[in-house]
Amino acid sequence: MTDMTFSQQPSPEAVKARAVLLGRSRWGIAEIAFWVLAAACYFLLPTKLSLLSEIAILGLLALSIDLVLGYAGIVTLGQGAFFGIGAYAAGLAAKHGAGSFPWSDPVIGLFIGGGVAALIGFATSFLVLRGSDLTRLMVTLGVALIVDEIVNQMKWLTGGSDGLQGVLPSAVLGVWEFDLFGRTAFVYSMVVLFVLFVIARAIVKSPFGLSLQAIKGNPLRTRAIGMPVNGRLVAIYTIGSFYAGVAGALAAQTTQFASPDYVAFHRSADALLMLVFGGAGHLYGGLLGSIIFRTMQDVLGNITPQYWQFWLGATLVVLVLFVRGGILGLLGNLRDRTQRKGG
Amino acid sequence: MAPKILLESRQLVKRFGGILATDHVDFKLPEGARHALIGPNGAGKTTFINLLSGVLTPTSGEIFLDGANVTGWSARKRAHAGMARTFQINQLFADLTPLETLVLTIAERENAGWAWLLPVGSRSDFVDEAMSLLRQLGIEDIAHGQVGVLAYGKQRLLEIAVALAQKPKVLLLDEPAAGVPEHEREQILDVVAALPSSVALILIEHDMHLVFRFAKSISVLVNGGLFMEGTPEDIANDPRVRKVYLGEEEVNV
Repeated sequence: MTDMTFSQQPSPEAVKARAVLLGRSRWGIAEIAFWVLAAACYFLLPTKLSLLSEIAILGLLALSIDLVLGYAGIVTLGQGAFFGIGAYAAGLAAKHGAGSFPWSDPVIGLFIGGGVAALIGFATSFLVLRGSDLTRLMVTLGVALIVDEIVNQMKWLTGGSDGLQGVLPSAVLGVWEFDLFGRTAFVYSMVVLFVLFVIARAIVKSPFGLSLQAIKGNPLRTRAIGMPVNGRLVAIYTIGSFYAGVAGALAAQTTQFASPDYVAFHRSADALLMLVFGGAGHLYGGLLGSIIFRTMQDVLGNITPQYWQFWLGATLVVLVLFVRGGILGLLGNLRDRTQRKGG
Repeated sequence: MAPKILLESRQLVKRFGGILATDHVDFKLPEGARHALIGPNGAGKTTFINLLSGVLTPTSGEIFLDGANVTGWSARKRAHAGMARTFQINQLFADLTPLETLVLTIAERENAGWAWLLPVGSRSDFVDEAMSLLRQLGIEDIAHGQVGVLAYGKQRLLEIAVALAQKPKVLLLDEPAAGVPEHEREQILDVVAALPSSVALILIEHDMHLVFRFAKSISVLVNGGLFMEGTPEDIANDPRVRKVYLGEEEVNV
């Protein structure tokens, strides 16, 4: 064995290996079906469009937690803070923009909401670099509580507990006005979700995304191979904050309202719960989780208005105890089992 | 001309509370070295490696890598300056495949680890290099398996492959064959024996067969301090070393 030499012609094994690696980022049939079905909901469930946009927005929030927790392993209970910050930033821009370009433009509003959230995410990311899971849980929770209190106290700006009234964004891209039936809201939310999902999908399959999974697996070794671990964590935490901020901005624009409920602790907890429901570390977990969570809330809320959280809690306990990795983990197990039977 | 010194420690000290884990160690590793670090359990061998690689910060003393004073440098910075190590207990990425692990390591070495929109396999030169490393170590058949469920011996080989993928000037091997079942041991010994001569090597090992087969020079560490340095013959024939270390081995046999 001598020092490695580089032949110009890669070996057949290397060509095959490259195909295997690249194959992981190809779109599967199940994935395409998921998005086709999501788009088809516009025609299939025309009376449920508002609920569906809400699900898309919650799904985006859960996706932001998946990037931070599912891939990089940063345990967070404060993602709702960035959702709220994004909602208020975009809401204030639309309110004071008085229906004119650029402040009331919804797409620009998304960047305002996401941008402000990303800035604050970046500033607070340094707090979550050190320490154990428990420390991170407490730090993210603490930051969220601070944001919650600030929103409640700054009445002159946020409207306090009454919420931010008079959020009137302009027509999307100057063409599609928001309507009473939530048609524009649905298409707008779904397109934003899809675009951000495609970007997130590219991120997690890139060397950067792989390095996050490596850090989650073994921070000691990532440092030993010369990886800038802190820089990577700051980057993904900031990106996650941007995603949550955009979700909040979407919420403010489509409901034309922002309230302290958007920054409340239960928002972070619900979103984390959705991700655990669906399965962390697959990108689709948060989306599936938000569908299940919101549907359960809707259906159970009609049957037993007072006790729907009981059933939610019971489902959570069963899932966490008996199915590792949420719904997607369950599907993965089933697929492996059928493949073993078939082979 | 004397060979160039690649790695050096001067009066290196590490204290853990009242325990002196590294006791004023002066150590020099020249180019192309095949150096073994031996000593009884608790002699401070792994602590010394942790100090050299930047996992631990010394209480006092200095460390030089290829002429640069790296005492205050992070493990990451030392890695980029040419220092690589393996760990006594596997430190791998359980969810990744061996191929992904190596491609990632190569990407970090080439400062391409920040690339965030192109898929991992898009750099064919990285994949090619990773595959030839796996072939070099005889584990290309497990390139696409999940690291966490690989056989222990294969994981030990991957430990070495990751360090080699860093293209180091200095490689610290912390008990590469530790815990490996007998039938897989030979493969690891072969790999260690065949490591490229351009890399200066330090090997910590309890297996005396491996030490004497591999090392051209040996340091004996006792109670954190350098007890003796010399050729394998010197060490094997020194009565004091036999007493503190090899004698103990013979009793065990």
